[in-house]
Amino acid sequence: MKRIISILMENEFGALSRVVGLFSQRGYNIDTLTVAPTDDETLSRLTLTTQGDTQMAEQIVKQLHKLIDTIKVVDLTEGAHIERELMLVKVKASENDSRTELKSCVEIFRGHIIDVTPSTYTVQLAGDTEKLDAFVEAVSHMGIMEVVRSGVSGISRGDKFVCA
Amino acid sequence: MEHLSGGDILIRALKDVGVKHVWGYPGGAALHIYDAIYRQEDVVHLLVRHEQAAVHAADGFSRATGEVGTALVTSGPGATNAITGIATAYMDSIPLVIISGQVPSSKIGQDAFQETDMVGVSRPIVKHSFLVTRAEDIAATIAKAYYIAATGRPGPVVVDIPKDVTEPNYKVPYDFPHEVKMRSYQPSEKGHRGQIKRAVKALLQAKRPVIYTGGGIVIDNAAEHLIAVARKLNFPVTNTLMGLGGYPGTDRQFIGMLGMHGTFEANTAMHHADVIFAVGARFDDRVTNELEKFCPMATIIHVDIDPTSVSKNVEADIPIVGTCTSVLKEVLSLIEQSDISPDTDAISDWWKQIDEWRAKHGLYTASRYEESSGETIKPQDVIKMLYKITDGKAIITSDVGQHQMFAAQYYLFDHPRQWINSGGLGTMGFGLPSAMGAKLAFPDTDVACVTGEGSIQMCIQELSACTQHNLPVKIINLNNSALGMVRQWQDMQYNSRYSQSVYEESLPDFVALAEAYGHVGMKITKFNELEDKMRECFAMKDRTVFMDICIDRSEHVYPMHMPGGSMRDLWLSKTERT
Ligand SMILES: Cc1ncc(C[n+]2csc(CCOP(=O)(O)OP(=O)(O)O)c2C)c(N)n1
Ligand SMILES: [Mg+2]
Repeated sequence: MKRIISILMENEFGALSRVVGLFSQRGYNIDTLTVAPTDDETLSRLTLTTQGDTQMAEQIVKQLHKLIDTIKVVDLTEGAHIERELMLVKVKASENDSRTELKSCVEIFRGHIIDVTPSTYTVQLAGDTEKLDAFVEAVSHMGIMEVVRSGVSGISRGDKFVCA
Repeated sequence: MEHLSGGDILIRALKDVGVKHVWGYPGGAALHIYDAIYRQEDVVHLLVRHEQAAVHAADGFSRATGEVGTALVTSGPGATNAITGIATAYMDSIPLVIISGQVPSSKIGQDAFQETDMVGVSRPIVKHSFLVTRAEDIAATIAKAYYIAATGRPGPVVVDIPKDVTEPNYKVPYDFPHEVKMRSYQPSEKGHRGQIKRAVKALLQAKRPVIYTGGGIVIDNAAEHLIAVARKLNFPVTNTLMGLGGYPGTDRQFIGMLGMHGTFEANTAMHHADVIFAVGARFDDRVTNELEKFCPMATIIHVDIDPTSVSKNVEADIPIVGTCTSVLKEVLSLIEQSDISPDTDAISDWWKQIDEWRAKHGLYTASRYEESSGETIKPQDVIKMLYKITDGKAIITSDVGQHQMFAAQYYLFDHPRQWINSGGLGTMGFGLPSAMGAKLAFPDTDVACVTGEGSIQMCIQELSACTQHNLPVKIINLNNSALGMVRQWQDMQYNSRYSQSVYEESLPDFVALAEAYGHVGMKITKFNELEDKMRECFAMKDRTVFMDICIDRSEHVYPMHMPGGSMRDLWLSKTERT
């Protein structure tokens, strides 16, 4: 099962490498990873996705928590949550037909065309992983030149929040 | 406020955090620090002969005293030489601070002379690490490093300091924080009361209980609380290799070590137990044997300070995260208040069963091994003799191999911190430097390093440090002319093909070697001279003595778990099995 783990940690030298190192050291995989400082600059938010059953997820959360720099570790998949990922895709679009088809696809998926050349469109799309996968699938026959994905960010639904 | 250079701040901060001894080895990136050491007298530096030994000696000091040990090394090769020592301490949760010099900040990342990314290289084997970038941060970092090393589940902390940060001409105010507070690190102390209540209920209803304790009891100084609970309940107690001394080895309720080379009675009792009370132990693979066959009938209560240890290998029925001391105290008081009374009939039947097992195949039954005769010396008898001559009161350090297991089995440790060995990493070379650390801490106690001719050669250069610092340790070399434990496995699993486990007559003359370092050497080849020689050895209070004891080369360590079996599946000798 896919797990989205949200980590709040000290924005300090080496903190990120300790998180990443922990995963390779313990034999877990990281599927996606995003990290940036929060509104409080001394803190970083790291969101990562991984695969694992309940027991493994529990062990991962405990191991992450044990790192000295981590303040909060939450497995968002335990409760109701929202996940978003940002994707930029450069697609071949030199003929009129394909330009029209791509535009309608972008509309259906509620994306934006953010750059245009005579032979390409660059599309920006936000959503959960499945939606982004579906878009890639839908336009793949036109000739995808490049896909750039941010990795998953997540937040819990409702009044719950993860803070220091 | 006083203004000091980074080097002086470091040493002053060490003093203020309570450090009296630093084990180390100098080099370019650490020279400002070494100059600061030269100019003061509060912190004493002990020069070793290899950085691995500096860390092991600090480790031995820590294991003997419970205090944080300190090592100081230079960048590059100094730092990498320290790695084995750091990994050893990490596996056994020993609080250490390792300070490493680093190339100047401006050169970091340039592949400068003697540059190694110490924080990166040590990352998987430290509790935490720091790279100090400003002289202003040294004092606060040192305070944090010692706090982190010593609290929670202890462990080694690396502090890497670039050379410019200790520069003598740049002076900043010295301000040592007397309290450390970290929002990201607040180790929990007390276990969950509801869980402890459930545990007490399970304990009081047990019919075939075993108390299984590990290094946590020793580290947390919880032995007296363990004894109180065990006596109150009259339950059998077994210790892991790391936990020996946590419960008195000569006590009637002690059923010996458990695990791969544990006693028949301890392993068999574990297998049949209905309740296992695991305290400060981590269900290591050297204890459990095949996990799927592990203790099929037991309700498992697991107490550990580290939540990641609980239910990692074996799912706990009643997990309790807290210090051994706090949980055991609470357990005792809840037992005293409880209206359930223990099933004394069941417990006495259980004892009858255990005593039967003990009488049948216990370590002290006549058939365990062939006794020494005039010409052959059995390793087990050497350890028994060591026990007799030191009155069971010595601090014993050990290396890794058969000799380590014989020491663990046959020296009965009545007190915590009496037995010092590398349990988790199994580091050959640990014995002599850790004995030096223990001897420094307890100059009036006999400290003996039980070793093998293989292991001792991994840090034998420290005989020179023993001379320099007047550390009269006793080296009990169980010389079987082979990497005995390797050879045992080759006997058992590789049809006695001794691939690279023998030395082809290349062993040194250990007596001459000891003498070359200024020590006393003795070679013992006959059992009937062992007692007198050993007495002579321990009578020389102020000399380091190397006893090279030629033991039976064919001896194996038994009992031994059969691979893939349950805890009770054991080889009892070369020919008998359970
Ligand atoms: C640094 C290191 N290298 C290799 C090993 C693997 N090993 C475990 S026991 C052993 C043999 C030890 O020989 P010796 O010290 O003579 O002890 P004996 O078993 O003969 O008593 C070896 C090579 C180890 N534990 N540590
Ligand atoms: Mg040997």
